[in-house]
Amino acid sequence: MDKLDIKVLIKQVPNTSEVKIDPHTGTLMREGMESIINPDDLHAIEAALQLRDTHGGKVTAISMGPPQAKDVLREALGMGVDECILLTDRAFAGADTLATSYTLGKCVLRLGRFDLVIAGHQAIDGDTAQIGPQVAEFLGIPQVIRAIRLEIRGDGLLAERTAEEGTEIVKSTLPALVTVTKEANDPRYLFVPLLMAAFEEDAPIRVWGGNDIGADEAGTGLKGSPTRVRRTFTPSHNKKIERLNGMPADMARTLVERLRERKVI
Amino acid sequence: MAVWVKKSECVGCETCLDVCPIGAISMSEGIAVIGDKCNSCGACVESCPHGAIKSDASDRKADISAFKDVWVVAETRQGNIRSCTSELMGCGRGLADALGQRLCAVLAGKEVSSHAGAMAENGADIVYLMEDKGLEEGLALPYVRAITDAVLEKRPAVVLFAATPFGRELAPRVSRRLGVGLTADCTGLDIDPETKNLLQTRPAWGGNLMATIISPDTRPQMSTVRPGVMKALPAEPGRKAEVVQLKVNIKPEDQRLNIQELKKELYKHVNLTEARVIVSGGHGVESKDGFGLLEELAGLLGAEVAGTRIAVEEGWLTPDRQVGQTGKSVCPELYIACGISGAIQHSAGMMGSKTIVAINTDPAAPIFAIADIAIVEDLFKIVPELITALKMKEGEN
Ligand SMILES: Cc1cc2nc3c(=O)[nH]c(=O)nc-3n(C[C@H](O)[C@H](O)[C@H](O)COP(=O)(O)OP(=O)(O)OC[C@H]3O[C@@H](n4cnc5c(N)ncnc54)[C@H](O)[C@@H]3O)c2cc1C
Ligand SMILES: Cc1cc2nc3c(=O)[nH]c(=O)nc-3n(C[C@H](O)[C@H](O)[C@H](O)COP(=O)(O)OP(=O)(O)OC[C@H]3O[C@@H](n4cnc5c(N)ncnc54)[C@H](O)[C@@H]3O)c2cc1C
Repeated sequence: MDKLDIKVLIKQVPNTSEVKIDPHTGTLMREGMESIINPDDLHAIEAALQLRDTHGGKVTAISMGPPQAKDVLREALGMGVDECILLTDRAFAGADTLATSYTLGKCVLRLGRFDLVIAGHQAIDGDTAQIGPQVAEFLGIPQVIRAIRLEIRGDGLLAERTAEEGTEIVKSTLPALVTVTKEANDPRYLFVPLLMAAFEEDAPIRVWGGNDIGADEAGTGLKGSPTRVRRTFTPSHNKKIERLNGMPADMARTLVERLRERKVI
Repeated sequence: MAVWVKKSECVGCETCLDVCPIGAISMSEGIAVIGDKCNSCGACVESCPHGAIKSDASDRKADISAFKDVWVVAETRQGNIRSCTSELMGCGRGLADALGQRLCAVLAGKEVSSHAGAMAENGADIVYLMEDKGLEEGLALPYVRAITDAVLEKRPAVVLFAATPFGRELAPRVSRRLGVGLTADCTGLDIDPETKNLLQTRPAWGGNLMATIISPDTRPQMSTVRPGVMKALPAEPGRKAEVVQLKVNIKPEDQRLNIQELKKELYKHVNLTEARVIVSGGHGVESKDGFGLLEELAGLLGAEVAGTRIAVEEGWLTPDRQVGQTGKSVCPELYIACGISGAIQHSAGMMGSKTIVAINTDPAAPIFAIADIAIVEDLFKIVPELITALKMKEGEN
């Protein structure tokens, strides 16, 4: 296989593992949440870089988001990605996965020939894991979901993917789309000189809007999104709790009684 | 509404020819032409990879009243119907009744006709049967073809998939091909009594946030549904359904990916999602020996042993036994949490359990907020006593 042209899709997300719930209102406190690169996407970048380092070629990172999503692209450059596209446009706001996959897909097509698109398996905020398969469908190419190992074999792709019990080896034609999980690799550290360069004026980050990728406004953002979030709420637990008391042996006996009453044992 | 091809943008890829449900598109001089038969359904508009097909629809509102019935896409494993499918049938039955429409089971696979009877007994009014040797378990593309074609032909109002790895690989492609919305990993489904829209509730933000999502203007409304959450109905022996065979037209491009080898199960087979009782341990269990104690308890209860990510990271459990956001979602009758703090990433995967017992030395541990029965005590004192109490026959104590 000649030089590879790889696109990596990366998303900026709030660090949801540090979510705080307002104790008074019971709602999510979004302010002051740190923004990070989606954890799976670090592994997507690493997978792309490893293939490039073996076969030669070019890795382009693409992110759709607000202007500050440039931060995650700088991080990608710091890891060694060759060039980046930031897709940012008012018309992109409010996108569900259908509109997001359309926008990302249009960008990939606009960039011309490609061999592989690599994405994270799942974003930790939206949590849908739908973008990978939907971009693959938009591009009309096969997909390997939850890959943990990738290899170019001849003019095709050999990959190991997580199945429900164990793993499977699959073979696909190229171009293809792959999503990876954290088992795939250990992402490399940022290389400081590269990261510094990513903050320079001439850093290879192009900022594109809808017109640049030839997107139809009806397909992007809220307009292109069939789903609507009607309401959000924090999960509540209004269960009646029974606290057992006494010596361990007493509590154990009471517990067995309770479980028998509830007919769960 | 009208649909037309913008000639300067059409590259002649013929994608729309396959997508048009009524065959109204043909090629002329390398460019797609939409013929008189066109009923403006808009399927081609979304499918065109080059955006060359335009419509004057101000929004995507199709005639949604033409879409009827609730579909459940059945999933098989080694040729057998999975329990998540029965759960979907239970849920789908309720939705179909609320809409006053039919519940249809979609059975697609190599040889699946023998399951039609079971689908009927599980509540189906109609069984759509699609058999083809190309429909191989684990390969998404042939199923995408079969199911999309069936939807375009029959126009259901709702299509439900199980949120299994396969369902979550398949459903997004179907939704993209149809250009309709898809709600991921739902834990609650209802019909809005006024609008008749499907109310799809799902966790996001790692379980910290619940969202109710609707797709008011497009049909079908599609969801993947988390296994272990919905309740299957008891089978009604002798219940009958109409069985309708549908044609399957798998194309060579649907076979660009194939499975070379299944690496034999890495771990002893464990089916947490279908377990009735789970004994689960965390950091507080301290060691592999500690888990030996939990295994003894589990043995007496006919339970599976599971745990937190820390227990897996420590090597006390294999990764397939991890419960939580990045592990399995479970919903047993009984979940006994031993030495587990109850971080949201863990509880997101077990909150739906019917009865939760928490054993933890820390009275402020968050696990107690979701427990039904709380024991604030050292698990190494409680679990052995529990084993003793269980060994005594009922009534002896
Ligand atoms: C509470 C809530 C619930 C939601 N539920 C749904 C729903 O059920 N259905 C629905 O269609 N939409 C839903 N959305 C909208 C959805 O989150 C957004 O469309 C989001 O842009 C993409 O989805 P995701 O975060 O789930 O990505 P995932 O599909 O989980 O992401 C997988 C991978 O795709 C790539 N990727 C994702 N987004 C981008 C991006 N912007 N730029 C570059 N690469 C990207 C990354 O590689 C990422 O690792 C919801 C939003 C919220 C706030
Ligand atoms: C992105 C992300 C995804 C994650 N996904 C998951 C996931 O899928 N599943 C998961 O479980 N975690 C997950 N985690 C980790 C999660 O945040 C917690 O760190 C983890 O669940 C804590 O495990 P624990 O309860 O075993 O340990 P701890 O939080 O350390 O709790 C141990 C508890 O045991 C109690 N204890 C100690 N000794 C005893 C004793 N002798 N008797 C009784 N009680 C005792 C202590 O009081 C304490 O409450 C995830 C984290 C992140 C950031």
